[in-house]
Amino acid sequence: MGFDLRQALLEAFEETALMSGASLLSAVVIGGVLGLLLYATSSRLFVRNRIINQTAGVIINVVRSIPFLILLVLLIPLSKAVVNTTIGPAAVVIPLSIAAIAFFARLADASFSDVNQGVIEAYISTGASKWSVIARILLPEALPSLVRNVTVTAVSLVGFSAMAGTVGGGGIGDLAIRYGYQRYQPEVMLICVAILILFVQGIQLTGDLIAKSLDKKQ
Amino acid sequence: MIEFQNVSVDFKQKTGKLTAVREVSFKIEKGEIFGIAGSSGAGKSTLMRTINLLQSPTSGHLLVGGKNITKYRGKPLRDHRRSVGMIFQHFNLADNLTVYQNIAFVLRTAGKTPAETEKAVCEYLSLVGLSEKAGAYPSKLSGGQKQRVAIARALAGGANILLCDEPTSALDAETTISILNLIKSLSKQLGITVVIITHELEVIKSICSRCAVMDGGNLIELGDVYDLFTKPQHDYTRQLIGHVHKHELPLKALRSMDGLLVRLTFRGWQANTPVISDATVRFGVNFNILAGRVEYIGGKPLGILYVNPLGNPESVRHALDYLKEVVREVEVIDNGV
Ligand SMILES: Nc1ncnc2c1ncn2[C@@H]1O[C@H](COP(=O)(O)OP(=O)(O)O)[C@@H](O)[C@H]1O
Ligand SMILES: [Mg+2]
Repeated sequence: MGFDLRQALLEAFEETALMSGASLLSAVVIGGVLGLLLYATSSRLFVRNRIINQTAGVIINVVRSIPFLILLVLLIPLSKAVVNTTIGPAAVVIPLSIAAIAFFARLADASFSDVNQGVIEAYISTGASKWSVIARILLPEALPSLVRNVTVTAVSLVGFSAMAGTVGGGGIGDLAIRYGYQRYQPEVMLICVAILILFVQGIQLTGDLIAKSLDKKQ
Repeated sequence: MIEFQNVSVDFKQKTGKLTAVREVSFKIEKGEIFGIAGSSGAGKSTLMRTINLLQSPTSGHLLVGGKNITKYRGKPLRDHRRSVGMIFQHFNLADNLTVYQNIAFVLRTAGKTPAETEKAVCEYLSLVGLSEKAGAYPSKLSGGQKQRVAIARALAGGANILLCDEPTSALDAETTISILNLIKSLSKQLGITVVIITHELEVIKSICSRCAVMDGGNLIELGDVYDLFTKPQHDYTRQLIGHVHKHELPLKALRSMDGLLVRLTFRGWQANTPVISDATVRFGVNFNILAGRVEYIGGKPLGILYVNPLGNPESVRHALDYLKEVVREVEVIDNGV
């Protein structure tokens, strides 16, 4: 074969995990805050503000409507400026993160909006500050749904990172294309696909398990 | 305690503005249990929500405990809200928090220490009879238990006003009674002023002292619950309480009847006087009782009896005169021809 398949797979897997992990982290933190902003500026009970809400909404929609591959290419100059390289996982973390932030912000907004407004209102009526209600009531109430949406984002990111890999990020997707497709080694392709399937299944199972254990509604 | 001065609430709608509450003025006294009745959409909830400013009035003023709270913002508003507890039709407990955490939130955010919080939560849980449920999640409780937790949450911070928006509308009859009794006894025990919204007149009859009736955003009638039920002044009120006092007499009973059909209305403790047997003994008139019942409104009895007096016309006339003197409200509904 001319190359150590195990070693290559291991490296590729590491790259995939790094790319999706780092962008997932920024999606959850930044996207989560953006989602909260979208929710709070749309809710009568918090700080309803049409202008902020719609501006943020439009920006997020613009990012989401750009096909990921195009976003990736568009952001190459930015990546280069920030991480000073155009190859390797670090180069694609920025476009991946931006796509994931926009993706998760929408989902988080939906998670917050799904929390029973009556419950939020009941706690606002106790005289607690809005921050306390957000931190101690809204978040725990939205948490199971947020975890489900983190899972959805993580699964999408594995897919996106495979795409990103082909323009220089490396990872399992890249390996599959380079060896499985370009060098006619279908067994490499199969192994890569199997690894991706297992990885995604693992993420989904873990996510479901955590969400279920957090949800006390049933 | 709570005084509405020309309070109006408008909502902007696509088709223009909707006046949910129009120029309402009245006072709720300290320590009373005050009812607000009216059909759905009458503006009851909107009016109630102005008391803790979940809804700001478009115009008018609200005085609570002598202070004009209408323009409160920030800290004064939060302090005011701490003195007003609220419970809801669907309980509105946080599902992912335990019973203990649901109540503790109110105390922790009011700046109490963990030790003070624990003491207060336990005290109020035992007041509502749910001490052993502290660690349970709301989904494991019955409707009545959830409402008890909501009551503990509403009062644990030391509120002296309790707002109840349809508190029993999602509960069965038996649970309704136990929740109403709890509200009544807590109000007495803690000296709390209670405002209770309902479309179920039974609720008003059983615990309120005074009551307001709303229709289309207007407060159309206000008074003592007993007076309201026995002498409604307004057509709408009469219609609202109509079904309560309507005694459907079976047609069969009417057709087979000879002579007069008379309705006697007993108010207050008159309901305890044995007037019917008195009249029988004195005038030799027998009374065929067709329908009737005694109900208690705010603890006072109201009796309504449909009778068919049997005897010679002269005696019947005397008997009716006697009843008119004692009972006062005697109506001949059908003279039998
Ligand atoms: N936040 C709101 N925005 C717009 N309209 C509202 C709002 N809240 C209530 N309304 C309207 O105000 C009227 C009175 O509502 P409400 O006070 O809830 O009545 P009730 O509690 O007597 O059933 C209704 O027509 C309702 O649709
Ligand atoms: Mg209502």
